[in-house]
Amino acid sequence: MTWLWSNLDEVGELMLVHLALSVPAVILSLVFSIPLGWTAHRYAWSRGVLLSIAALLYAIPSLALFVSLPPLTGFGLRSPMNLVIALTIYGVAVMVRTAADAFDSVSREVRQSATALGYSASGRFWGVELPLAGPVLLSGLRVVIVSTVSLATVGAVIGVPSLGSLFTDGFQRGIQAEIVTGIVATILLALVLDLVAVLLGRLLLPWTRTPSGRRASQERAMETTERVAGAA
Amino acid sequence: MIEFRGVSKQYPDGTVAVEGVDIVIEPHTTTVLVGSSGSGKTTLLRMINRMVDPTGGQVLIDGTDVATVDPVRLRRGIGYVMQNSGLLPHRTVVDNVATVPVLTGVSRKQARARALELLDTVGLERSLADKYPSQLSGGQQQRVGVARGLAVDPNILLMDEPFGAVDPIVRSELQQELLRLQGELGKTVVFVTHDIDEAFLLGDQIVIMQQGGRISQAASPAEILAAPADAFVADFVGAERGKRSLHLTEVDGRTVVVDGDGRPAGVLAP
Ligand SMILES: Nc1ncnc2c1ncn2[C@@H]1O[C@H](COP(=O)(O)OP(=O)(O)OP(=O)(O)O)[C@@H](O)[C@H]1O
Ligand SMILES: [Mg+2]
Repeated sequence: MTWLWSNLDEVGELMLVHLALSVPAVILSLVFSIPLGWTAHRYAWSRGVLLSIAALLYAIPSLALFVSLPPLTGFGLRSPMNLVIALTIYGVAVMVRTAADAFDSVSREVRQSATALGYSASGRFWGVELPLAGPVLLSGLRVVIVSTVSLATVGAVIGVPSLGSLFTDGFQRGIQAEIVTGIVATILLALVLDLVAVLLGRLLLPWTRTPSGRRASQERAMETTERVAGAA
Repeated sequence: MIEFRGVSKQYPDGTVAVEGVDIVIEPHTTTVLVGSSGSGKTTLLRMINRMVDPTGGQVLIDGTDVATVDPVRLRRGIGYVMQNSGLLPHRTVVDNVATVPVLTGVSRKQARARALELLDTVGLERSLADKYPSQLSGGQQQRVGVARGLAVDPNILLMDEPFGAVDPIVRSELQQELLRLQGELGKTVVFVTHDIDEAFLLGDQIVIMQQGGRISQAASPAEILAAPADAFVADFVGAERGKRSLHLTEVDGRTVVVDGDGRPAGVLAP
């Protein structure tokens, strides 16, 4: 505890740095997964290809990815950008399948009904399919948040500062309290971001708050989470 | 007026859903497409708003081939009510009803005000306006579906088994409501059902479909009862089974009408 009090500033700063690494990666993962997931949902032939690529990407050891990216992207090994890109790749790899499932979860009937009402293809996507895919997308996003926040710590090994630096530093200098602080801070950060996602979900997906609406979307989200957990 | 001219539809997988269909639907009348499952009723209905394009023949609305009309614009001008209401689960009742007007550029405020009036029209409490579809009973959802179909005041209203998913009592209520509405609004209604009684109740013209998407007979209910075109129609409308044959008997000096099962159906008006 004394270690924490005398290093509070540094821990706070690392927390912000960690946040600055993970939040962009989480957002980018979502942004890229949506069109990829939609494609996998819409075109049956692309599903196998996209999901296999995602699984392959996820199988690349993280350190190997960190060191092999710089020549491809032009960013330095210790650049935070390098880490954000790597985290985004993993995020997309985790999220694509859920995004495909999310669009699958929108019933055929509702899609046909939207078409009959006179939605254009793009209007239907933004006005009907995307919002209705929301609950399942959210469940996938929560998995991405936790995995990204945790994976970002690995950056410390190649010299990108984050809460992970507390592990490496604490390990090198033999300070137990520093390591424990790093673990607790990482978990806290993940929980806070998860909470933010849930609150945003309640705000943006108000219909899921009605008793029967909640039941329906919870069932769908649960099925998906189980599948994601099973795959991981 | 809606006209089907030699219309056929073969789906890409080879299924022939509709074959050589000719129908003329007069304005301000109700035409009911009736037939067993898979006889091509939905396919036929969806050709009117181009959710399905025919592979042969033409569908015309007031003389214009719908194939020449932009499908999105066409659909926004035609009301469509589906089985299980097809409401958008993420929109409140009032926003569901206001969907198409908003799509066509009416201000949200105006569209909502009109939507509230439409709730009155279909006999729904305005207090339901801000609920989500999942909070409504099946019958209420169906009424919202009808209100939504009427939202742009379309000349044409397409209804695909709109009352198929509700219990018989609610169903009968909704049928009466539709008759009342139709009396007031005089839309050109094309209604799909596989319930022949519903067809007789609602239809000015009844189109009986058989497997393979062919028309067995298209005529008024009375004509179909009086002169079924073939054994299939006779069987389908229940004429053969004596279900619809009524008899007269004398009871205490009055003439009572009894149905095929011997149950009294009414008294004969003098
Ligand atoms: N998209 C499609 N692709 C291939 N075949 C189809 C498609 N839609 C319908 N069919 C087939 O066309 C035939 C007619 O279908 P349709 O949906 O028009 O029947 P229906 O009379 O509305 O039946 P129901 O009473 O069950 O709704 C059926 O054999 C059906 O399997
Ligand atoms: Mg049908």
